[in-house]
Amino acid sequence: MENTVLITILAAAVTAGTPILYAALGEIICERSGVLNLGVEGMMLVGAVCGYMVAVRSASPWAGFLVALLAAGALAAIFAFLTITLRANQVVTGLALTIFGTGVSGFLGKPYIGIPLPLSFKKAPIPVLSDIPLLGPVFFSQDVLVYLSYILVPLLGYYLYRTRWGLNLRAIGENPAAADALGVNVFALRYTYVIIGGMLAGAGGAYLSLAYAPSWLENMTAGRGWIAVALVIFAFWDPFRAVLGAYLFGGVDALTYTLQASTNIQVPVFFLKMMPYVLTVIVLIVVTRHTLAKRVGAPAALSIPYDREER
Amino acid sequence: MKKGWRVLLILILVLAVAVAAAGCGGQEAAEDGNGENQTAAGEGAQDEKMKVGFIFVGPVGDLGWSWTHNEGRKYLEEQLPWVETSYVESVPEGADAERVLTELAEAGNKVIFATSFGYMDYVIKVAEKYPDIVFMHCSGYKTAANADTYFGAMEEPRYLSGMVAGKMTKSNILGYVAAYPIPEVIRGINAFTLGARSVNPEAEVRVVWTQTWYDPAAEKQAAISLLDAGADVIAQHQDTPGPQQAAQERGAYAIGYNCDMREFAPDASLTAPIWNWGPYYTRVVEAVKNGTWQVEEYYGNMKDGIVDLGPYNDIVSQEIRDLVDAKKQEIIDGKFHVFQGPIKDQNGEIRVEEGQQMTHEEILNIDWFVEGVIGSPS
Repeated sequence: MENTVLITILAAAVTAGTPILYAALGEIICERSGVLNLGVEGMMLVGAVCGYMVAVRSASPWAGFLVALLAAGALAAIFAFLTITLRANQVVTGLALTIFGTGVSGFLGKPYIGIPLPLSFKKAPIPVLSDIPLLGPVFFSQDVLVYLSYILVPLLGYYLYRTRWGLNLRAIGENPAAADALGVNVFALRYTYVIIGGMLAGAGGAYLSLAYAPSWLENMTAGRGWIAVALVIFAFWDPFRAVLGAYLFGGVDALTYTLQASTNIQVPVFFLKMMPYVLTVIVLIVVTRHTLAKRVGAPAALSIPYDREER
Repeated sequence: MKKGWRVLLILILVLAVAVAAAGCGGQEAAEDGNGENQTAAGEGAQDEKMKVGFIFVGPVGDLGWSWTHNEGRKYLEEQLPWVETSYVESVPEGADAERVLTELAEAGNKVIFATSFGYMDYVIKVAEKYPDIVFMHCSGYKTAANADTYFGAMEEPRYLSGMVAGKMTKSNILGYVAAYPIPEVIRGINAFTLGARSVNPEAEVRVVWTQTWYDPAAEKQAAISLLDAGADVIAQHQDTPGPQQAAQERGAYAIGYNCDMREFAPDASLTAPIWNWGPYYTRVVEAVKNGTWQVEEYYGNMKDGIVDLGPYNDIVSQEIRDLVDAKKQEIIDGKFHVFQGPIKDQNGEIRVEEGQQMTHEEILNIDWFVEGVIGSPS
């Protein structure tokens, strides 16, 4: 019994953490390039609704997923134009993007409320791996989009830290002027990474509407985009730490339900609901102490529009 | 020069975004559907059509609470061709509500339905300023000369849905995904439990609080934790079909809420206690028109049809249907009362003596769980 409860919580941690993970990875790329995009929630919603619409029409969740990427990427492109080309304030534009995304997703999705999805991403255990005790049911009895995130994280880590392109990405976030002087096209790269970041946020949204809770409901992300933004800081702009953070958030959330359902201990629910945030504060304190020593932090040029003439 | 062009472009874009958002978000969406009415209801036509306004706390697309009220609004318009309705959705329970209510009053509405608890004080405030307009507030307890309250005895169909769940369970563990520990929700859990144990004394109800009305993923997660704890029927006091989907995926059963949710979980969703506001709205508007309207603090029941048990899933056997339908008739005939004694609380103490029944006041303020519920009522 103890064991199955543990497995339940851990498996739920991975499932609940995945949409946040996708969005957080996207935001990491975006912020690493020096652009702060607070529109994650809006892009997730647009991804969720567009993915759902296409998946319902075509009966193919993969088609839906691809369209979710494109739609959220398109929204991110608007953001990129406003903040990179026009150098609008990133915080304000990001907030506007969230509000816009919420509205436009509600508008587009109106006819799709109450319409079930013909085919969603189902749990697909990986044959041999899912038989491994503990790890199997937790990590390898998930759906395809979760497996995709497993691949994405190391790929992104490698890209960021081990390739020339990744070095350029970090450079334009730390010191765009220096990167520019070395012949790196700051504007083009920022555009690219903002759009890729948006696409990943869209993937997170699509995970919600196509796999986790297959349906479309207005505002169904319910604040997960904001958690993803917070997670980026929590993870110190590192994709590997983002995995830990996302699963931690997912796990503590699942834990509050499991504690209520599987035990007879009567704990006031308000106390349980407080726990994820208490834990967040504790972890942040510990992590900050650790990383301050190592001098890591936000990209130096984060949220500062780059202007060639203002040097 | 260049800078000025940029500023202009930003302004245009921001404006475009704002216009699009206003149009899409539907913050103040006028009546949909009948475009002809809108144009026809010019100045000359105002005498013919009576205007009725609605204010909703959530989006009408929530497939839950606000959705059921909006269905009632549509029904009203269908039934009474001389009525013209409009609504404002997603209005927070705060100062915004007062502004929206005032706007609806200024727009010439003769009856205004405010469909969420938190609008209460604003309804009374605005009602004072517009004595010729009738204000109807759902689920509150404050009235005025031109402001009344209305609500429904959801505990009656909840009891019946509990009977279905009690009959269908094999593990004798029923899961209940619940939003907030407030009397309305606790009342529903108690009625559900009483119903389930009336046909299956072994049944226990495990409650998980989600602290949200509206989060499909969280609700689904809560349902999964209950399924993992051995529950094989999931009931819900939530506004999305998330818990139903969890049951569907695990091959378990579920009881919906607000409206029929079988579409989302065709094999799992057994039935649902549902709201049916339309006939009541029609009665109120007719009464206002005829001048017979008065404050009555309406608390409707299954007899009136404002609450009901939704259609059964095919899996529910005829035997169970007959049993539940018979009890439904007893409730409608007034022979059976959901909260009639003996009722014990969670600790086994008798709270309602045999032969007694809880008063309306006690039912409205209930803050303890009946025997058979596992969970904390706070």
